[in-house]
Formats: sequence, structure tokens, C-alpha cells
Amino acid sequence: MSAPPVAERDAFAIHQPRLPRWAPAAVAVAAAAAAVAVGLGAGLASRVQWGLMAAVLFVAGLYAVSARAEGARKAKDRLATSLVWGAFLLAVIPLASLVWETVRQGVKVLDGYFLTHSMNGVVAIAPGGGIYHALLGTIEQVALATVIATPIGLLTGVYLVEYGRGRLAKAVTFFVDVMTGIPSIVAGLFVLSVWIMGLGFGYSGLAGSFALAILMMPIVVRSTEEMLKLVPNELREASYALGVPKWKTILQVVLPTSIGGITTGVMLAVARITGETAPLLLLVFGNPAINDNPFEGAQASLPLYIYEQWANGNDASYDRAWAAALVLIVFVMLLNLLARLIARFKAPKTGR
Amino acid sequence: MSTDTDIRTPAPPPPGAPREPGRRRSATRLGDRVFAGLSKGSGITLLVIMGAIAAFLAYRAAIALAKNEGNFLTTFEWNANAQPPVFGIAVLAFGTVVSSVIAMVIAVPIAVGIALFITHYAPRRLAAPIAYVIDLLAAVPSIVYGLWGALFLVPHLVGPYEWLDDLLGWTVVFSYDGGAPRSLMTAGILLAIMILPIITNVSREVFRQSPQTHQEAALALGATRWEVIRTTVLPFGRSGVISASMLGLGRALGETMAVATVLSPSAILSAKVLEPGGGTFAQNIASAFKEAGEFGRDALIASGLVLFVITLLVNGAARLIIARRKEYSGANA
Repeated sequence: MSAPPVAERDAFAIHQPRLPRWAPAAVAVAAAAAAVAVGLGAGLASRVQWGLMAAVLFVAGLYAVSARAEGARKAKDRLATSLVWGAFLLAVIPLASLVWETVRQGVKVLDGYFLTHSMNGVVAIAPGGGIYHALLGTIEQVALATVIATPIGLLTGVYLVEYGRGRLAKAVTFFVDVMTGIPSIVAGLFVLSVWIMGLGFGYSGLAGSFALAILMMPIVVRSTEEMLKLVPNELREASYALGVPKWKTILQVVLPTSIGGITTGVMLAVARITGETAPLLLLVFGNPAINDNPFEGAQASLPLYIYEQWANGNDASYDRAWAAALVLIVFVMLLNLLARLIARFKAPKTGR
Repeated sequence: MSTDTDIRTPAPPPPGAPREPGRRRSATRLGDRVFAGLSKGSGITLLVIMGAIAAFLAYRAAIALAKNEGNFLTTFEWNANAQPPVFGIAVLAFGTVVSSVIAMVIAVPIAVGIALFITHYAPRRLAAPIAYVIDLLAAVPSIVYGLWGALFLVPHLVGPYEWLDDLLGWTVVFSYDGGAPRSLMTAGILLAIMILPIITNVSREVFRQSPQTHQEAALALGATRWEVIRTTVLPFGRSGVISASMLGLGRALGETMAVATVLSPSAILSAKVLEPGGGTFAQNIASAFKEAGEFGRDALIASGLVLFVITLLVNGAARLIIARRKEYSGANA
């Protein structure tokens, strides 16, 4: 870009020249018109291409106009603004489409029958069937995983904040961080190698919940740790001053103060593992019939059900997959919203 | 606490003290010891689990590798059930790296853009709800992304890919012959969409923490909004963005279902990322598991071990960057 003559001339003016407020809108209209003209002229069929061209023309045009009238710095500022807005709009499209498609396709077969019947005896290409068995399996597996992971995670969090000193605590902190990043399929392979291949147990909901528990533990530890750190030290000191032993202080002062945040953390962790599919594929295996015993035999699960129905590859199955996906999203979102509500209303009261 | 009581022992016990100090002290100690032991034990349990994961995967992998007739690192095909078994991770490693790199190249700039949009550009009233919604989107299960990717994204990518082929087909990398675009590129795009909320959330937190005083100082010197961001917000947030990206990368490397649903796997190692074919570690495990026999599972575990080590390194690096930042960020906050 050549140096803008206007800016140079008015370098000592108090008021920098500015584009009028309607300038971006005018450039937008011009860019859209140019894109339509080129699109019609070149016979481009895709409206996406027209839109892209208009966007590029708008950004470039606004930069050029602004560089001419306001100087290079203002032009760069406008360019950055365009790009940031562009990034936002670009990201909104797929994310909104994901939610919209799931709702639109999901409501097709979602009804009372779908929620209360299993896939037992339903031919893959025929409509009908439901997710009752999968819902049951998911709830049992997630509940078992929560029962396993919460005490360990909670106590580890307490250890790190209240007791942890020295090398062991540092190692635990580091490996909890690393554990957060374990791919879910690797957790599945681990349980597979120990529980099923090593100890000779069969596929079961329990095996799946072991893997889910491994994925859940670090999240619980992390959130417990964060929450315990928020508890003001004055509370602990007051309790010690009254002669209360440390363990009672933790159980009756520290934990009750932070219980809202810890509950939130546990619920967010539950929401996260509810959607896990990969380890269940290896450990729970899937089952079209109702199996209400998580300790014995292959079970179904909601995420796994979605995968299986997708893999069937026909319209009736796709409809079922979308409906199950909608149920799963709603379930996870409700857990999230509930967790956030609890966090808001039961936040630790500090500074009183 | 106990020293206090020791000092006071010679003095007469205060009136109304229900128990003698000695008994109370030992009761205290027992409860404390049990509770401290329990919590310490939980911490150790976590370490043991991590160790066990590494140990068991390595043990099973060793069994598989001993019988492998191919070179584990350079063989293309995955025929663990054949006699003799031949399998290698060349295609899987290539596919994992390529799809993750595509995801990062797309997701990181856009995520930084959204984070800046929320903290510095969006109208005040919109910023909080947008941040909230993006927070929620981070919780959408990957299988839902996978379903959407397979049934909605894949058909809609044919047009853009043909366009890419017209414009950039001469580079070979972006050449495209038509057909269902169930390729590494598609997997990369879907992964990018998946990790976008995660990277956005962490970056947003860091940008929000960037010192207000620096920004005001820059404004007072006459900086435009972009110059404020470039000179104060981005330098402050750089390491945060890097570690956020690494977390996203760790997620992309290990993602199973979203890749398994949109990729047509094959034992081809090709630079044409728009063409179907290739595979990733996690996708291969999920796809090959049902047909794998006892030995086939060992082989899959061997590939899982490689994935485990890679994600361990990536996550460890991310944590080190975060830890380093903690040390100096307090001074200029």
C-alpha cells in the first residue's frame, strides 16, 4: 500500500480523518453487488461461492477505502475487526448446524414408544424399536463409574490441598494433569487388557464403567482441588482454634463449605463420560435386548447405540441414531445446566 | 495443637473440660491418621492406575510385536489376523498426524478469533451468552459430532472440494476425483469443529486475565483497538493459547468416534488429503476391534500404546508450558 496522502497532510491535525459510519455498510453493499455480478457473469452455481466472494471483496474493499481515507493503522484495525467477526461467524455456522440438524432430524421418531422399547427383534432396516435398553445401560454404567471414581477423586483432591507436601504430591498433581488427556480408547484398551484378557471376565457394563471411572477421576480431582483452594483459610484456623482435629475440620468445615462446587465438578464429569463411546465399544459390546444387570453380559449404551445405528446405514437406522443423539445431547445439556445452577447458588461464601 | 496441650499439662485442667488431655489427643491422632492415610492412598491409587496402564499396554504390545512379521513402524497394512500376522502403524501414524495438523491449522486461528471476539469485540450484552453457549458446546459428545459429520458434513463438502480441486488441484495435495469425500481432510475439518470450543474457552480465560492497566496505557498512547490487542493482549496470552492448542491437539490425536464415522479407512499412504483412505490410531482400533481375534487385540493394544505415549508427550508439554507461565505471570498482573 502506498502512503495515504490524506493522513500525511493532516498529521498534525487534532482530528484524524474518519470514514463516516455508513461506510462499512456501503462497502458491504458494493461487495455483494460485485459478487453477484461476477457470479452471474461466470455462471457459478454455488451460492456459497457467491457469499465467499462477497466476504473477501468486503474485507479487501474496506481495507482499501480505509487505507486511502484514514491511514494504514486505522485500515489494519478495520481489517482485524473484520477478521475477528469473520472467525466468529465462520464458527457459528457448523456449531449451529450441528444443533439444528440434531433437533430437526431427532424429533422425527422421538416419542414415548421410542423411549420405552428396546431394539430386540427389530430388523435393522425396518422402522420401530427404541432406546430403552440403551438408556438403562448408560445410566447403570455411568452410575457405577461415578460410585467408583467420586470417592477416589474427592479424597485425592483433599490430599493435594490439605495434606499434599513434597514429591508425592507433585507427582500426583502432574499425573492427574496427564491423566486428563488420556484418549478414551486407551482407557478402554487398558481395562480390556486387564479385566477381559487378563482376568478372563466377559463383556459387561461393569467393565465399561471401569474405563469411564478412569476418565472421570482426574476431572473430579481437578475440580475438587480448585474448590478446596477457594475455602478461606480463616475457616480452617477458626476450627483448629476451637480444638477440632484436622480430619473433622475437613469433613465438617472445609467440605461442607465447598460442597456446591464439588457437586458441580462431579456433575460436569458425569456429563463428560456419559457421551463416551470408544471404551464402551471395546468393553460393553452392545446388545439389542434389555440387560438390566451391569455385572454380567453385554449391555447397550446410548452413545454406542448411536454408533451402531449409524453403522447400519439405512434411513430407518439414521432416524433412530438422530433421535438417540437428541436424547443424549438433551441429557448432557441438562446435567451441565443443573451443575452450573448449583455452582451459582452454592458458591463458597468468601470474605464474610 | 498437641504441643499446646503438652505445655499446659502441669497446670490444673480448666474447669468444665470434659475429658483429660491425654485420651483426647490419641483419639485425634487416630482419626487424623486414618483420614490422612485414606486420602494419601487415593492419590497413590491414581499413580498406580497410570503406571498400570503403561505396564499392561506395554506387556500386551510386547506379545504382539514378538510375532509380527512386518516392521511395526514402516508396514502399511494392518493384517493382524493373517498367518503370519503382518501389521504396521505407518498409515495410522501418518493419518493421525495429518488429520490433527489440519484440525489445528483450521481451529487455532478461528478459536483465537472467537476468544478475542468475546473479550474485546462483541457487544457487551452478547458476550456473556455467547461465551456460555460455547462452553456448553464443549460438552457435546463426540459421537454426536461423528453422526453429524457423517450424515451432514460429508455430503456438503463435495462442492467445496471440487472447488479446491479447480483452484489448487495442480498441487496434488488438493486434487480430488469426486466421490464421497470420506477423507483425512474431512476428518481434520470435523476435528477442528470439535476442538474449537475447548481452545476458545481456555484462550478466552487467558485474554480476559490480561492486565487492564496495560490495555489502558496502550489506549492512552493512541493505539487502535487492534494495536492494543497486538501489543498487550496477545503477548500476555501467547503461552496460554499455546497450551490451549496443545490440549486441543491431545483431544484431536485421541479422538475415535468422530474420525471412525467420517473416514473410509484403507492401507494407503497418500499425500492427496481430499481423497478417501488412510486411517488414524484410534479409528483403526474402533473399526478393527470386532473382527480382531485374541492376537488381533494384542496388535491393536500395541498401536494404542503408541497413541498413549504420543498424547502423554503432548499433554506433558502443554502442562509444562502452563506451569512455566504461572511462575512469572503473577509479577505483572
